[in-house]
Amino acid sequence: MRDPEIEIKGNNALLSETNKSMDIIVNPLIRIEGLNLYIQNNHVLKDINLTIPDKSITCIIGPSGCGKTTLLRTLNRLHDDSKEIKIEGKVFVDGVNIYDRGVEVINVRKKMGLLAQRPCPLPMSIFDNVAYGLRIHGMRRRKLVNQTVIKYLQYVGLWDEVKGRVRTPASRLSIGQQQRLCLARGLAIEPAIILGDEATSSLDPISTKKIEEMFLKLKDQYTIVLVTHTLSQAKRIADHIVFMYMGKIIETGNADQIFNYPKHKLTQDYIKGSFS
Amino acid sequence: MKKIEENIFKFLMILSASLILGVLLFILFSVLKRGLPSLSWDMITKIPSGGFYLGKEGGIVNAILGSVYLIVGAVLLSLAFSIPIVMFINFYLRKKSYLANISRFSFDILFGVPSIVYGAFGFTIMIYFGIKASLLGGMITIAMLIMPILIRSIDEVARLVPNELVEATLSLGATRYEMVKVMIRQLMPGITTAVLLAIGRGIGDAATVLFTAGYSDNIPASLSQPAASLPLAIFFQLGSPVEEVQNRAYASALILTIIILILSFSARYFSKKLSKHKV
Repeated sequence: MRDPEIEIKGNNALLSETNKSMDIIVNPLIRIEGLNLYIQNNHVLKDINLTIPDKSITCIIGPSGCGKTTLLRTLNRLHDDSKEIKIEGKVFVDGVNIYDRGVEVINVRKKMGLLAQRPCPLPMSIFDNVAYGLRIHGMRRRKLVNQTVIKYLQYVGLWDEVKGRVRTPASRLSIGQQQRLCLARGLAIEPAIILGDEATSSLDPISTKKIEEMFLKLKDQYTIVLVTHTLSQAKRIADHIVFMYMGKIIETGNADQIFNYPKHKLTQDYIKGSFS
Repeated sequence: MKKIEENIFKFLMILSASLILGVLLFILFSVLKRGLPSLSWDMITKIPSGGFYLGKEGGIVNAILGSVYLIVGAVLLSLAFSIPIVMFINFYLRKKSYLANISRFSFDILFGVPSIVYGAFGFTIMIYFGIKASLLGGMITIAMLIMPILIRSIDEVARLVPNELVEATLSLGATRYEMVKVMIRQLMPGITTAVLLAIGRGIGDAATVLFTAGYSDNIPASLSQPAASLPLAIFFQLGSPVEEVQNRAYASALILTIIILILSFSARYFSKKLSKHKV
């Protein structure tokens, strides 16, 4: 269990009561302040204050419909295109409020790799899937592109499985391989943050295990935020837990603490499996 | 009781299917019967000589090439408008956008407009701009005729693109334009099918080209020259009092049918091949 850098600062007024357990961190990569989100007239996220520890795995857990995915999607502004969604509050990524005017959404998204529920390879070859992000961000030299693609395919353990057929369509890979390809594709643009939206829910147990191992390997270099509704997965890989219920953060803290000594009644019930 | 009902409907379905198939076979049979004897090498390699329509020598290569030029030009022209339109409706506008619904509705209406109306409309515009009946005029008018077909059939597949794919591309930091380019790749099989549908419709239509492309016994050498087309060649030859020329009309119809058949088979081949690259 890795503990984030802890420093108690005098000025913690911005952090809500529930967040005190999630230690106060200096210059965190992701910090959310007073976030409220409305879909039409429904108040979906209610006064979210959250600091996500760097270089560790934070799992957002909670029953279906509690707003986990909605919260995750605010981090890379995937709600931008929905007119009916209104967002108030601040989300700081690397010290910048990403909802400030003048913040370029592309620069925000470049800092994060997103792993969706179902793997979604682009309609091109295995190689081009990984190279795509590099090319749109201006990497032109063929040799460098080749090296980078191979590096990340190796990194996710896909290279040995596909090296003879990197020019074949990515859609021919198995679902588990596709998800690792999507991870390689996301990592290739060198983000600092990895977002996972129930990234293993469509995978078989073996592929799930591989992806989980990847996360454990990646957390030394990346800040990982995962939404999961399998508690066992959170127990296996999470360093920190954010428990949400009905659009509110109920409790946050180290995984050990949340799973063994939950403070809040709702958290206790959820972890015991009284509701899901 | 249920069994009788089942059998009645089964019978009705088989009846209508065989009726349609019978009509199709009858058309093919009569075209083959009268056209095949008149089909010669001259027909597809020579332009009409003087007195061709009275039974003298020559062929209809002017109409074959004219039709091919017209349809290729029209499809390219039409694609240049319809792909951006479909991309805009599906990937720039929001899902329940008012503008998108209005556009879809108006393309549905345009879909049903008879081709002679497009022909007359094209003719009016050409008069306004002082353009004479020409290859270009024909291309533009056929392009208008097939645009609703292209747009609506590409749109149908574009609507099925999973939102996850759009988000996956955007979350890699792609701009909207870069995302749209990925979507075009995704839609390639759908675009191919749409193009082939449009070719089938456009190449066989006589009314659009009647006033706009005109007719000429020569192969058009530039966009401003009038161009012959197969449907009109069939029409003129059928109108001849000479039986031999009438038979040549059937041979021309056979050529048109063969061109459409070749196009449909290649359509199936390409969309099968391209869909392998699809997610």
